[in-house]
Amino acid sequence: MNNVIVRDYDIPANDFTAAGEASSSVRKILVQLGVSPYVVKRTSIAMYEAEINAVIHGHGGKAHVEIDGSKVYIRISDEGPGIPDLELAMQEGYSTAPDSIREMGFGAGMGLSNIKKHSDIMKIDTEVNKGTTVHITVFFNAI
Amino acid sequence: MTIEELVRDFGYKVITGSAEDLKHPVKGVYACDLLSHAMAKVNSGDLWITIHTNINVVAVASLTDAACVLIPEGIAVEPQTVERAAEKGVVILSSPSTTAQVCHEVLSMIGMKS
Ligand SMILES: Nc1ncnc2c1ncn2[C@@H]1O[C@H](COP(=O)(O)OP(=O)(O)O)[C@@H](O)[C@H]1O
Ligand SMILES: [Mg+2]
Repeated sequence: MNNVIVRDYDIPANDFTAAGEASSSVRKILVQLGVSPYVVKRTSIAMYEAEINAVIHGHGGKAHVEIDGSKVYIRISDEGPGIPDLELAMQEGYSTAPDSIREMGFGAGMGLSNIKKHSDIMKIDTEVNKGTTVHITVFFNAI
Repeated sequence: MTIEELVRDFGYKVITGSAEDLKHPVKGVYACDLLSHAMAKVNSGDLWITIHTNINVVAVASLTDAACVLIPEGIAVEPQTVERAAEKGVVILSSPSTTAQVCHEVLSMIGMKS
């Protein structure tokens, strides 16, 4: 496969009927391409967590995805409140999710660490009151 | 062990799932109500037990390729969730038993291998 598959998705704020749709769509493409189940699983975990963060913390946002013969690159960006202390936010168990979100099963404070664990490259650009962009790369040949 | 066989043996109620869907094998069990844990830990073919019945359960089950979701303790499933699960081909079962009892039932049938 030499060509690059590019997809863009809107991620609506606080809309749980749409939450996960972008991740589902990317998962489907990867399965169709015959990418290994391990890579499909890692990509799904990482992208879903970033997508949900945009939904519940970032006032919604956008996903941009590029798939080539060797990797999937995902960029999830929002114009929400940003993350004041990224090191703290990365810690497992740290969450500012309100009770209404926790009642649905979110807010374990595992999202960012799940993204890190299940991707090969993770980079977060964030600025308070400007927004957050999470860059995720998963290589197909990862062991 | 297929979903159908578990339904028959333990009287689980089928909330969503076509006859075809119910023929799928159940390879393991995972029980946790934190969606980030489930997202990372549910393996393809697992029966996932959760007390959550909101629509996000369908997304997690679908993204993890779970065999089915089982809602314990007879908890009613939100209509929106039932509708979405049917659309997405996600099988939802219900049981009056507790999470622990369902784990025991299913694990005893699939031979404790995880
Ligand atoms: N896109 C985002 N915009 C603003 N804050 C965010 C964003 N993503 C994560 N955060 C902050 O980082 C914390 C930890 O995120 P995460 O590990 O995904 O846990 P959780 O989403 O369960 O709270 C969040 O509670 C929130 O304070
Ligand atoms: Mg999160």
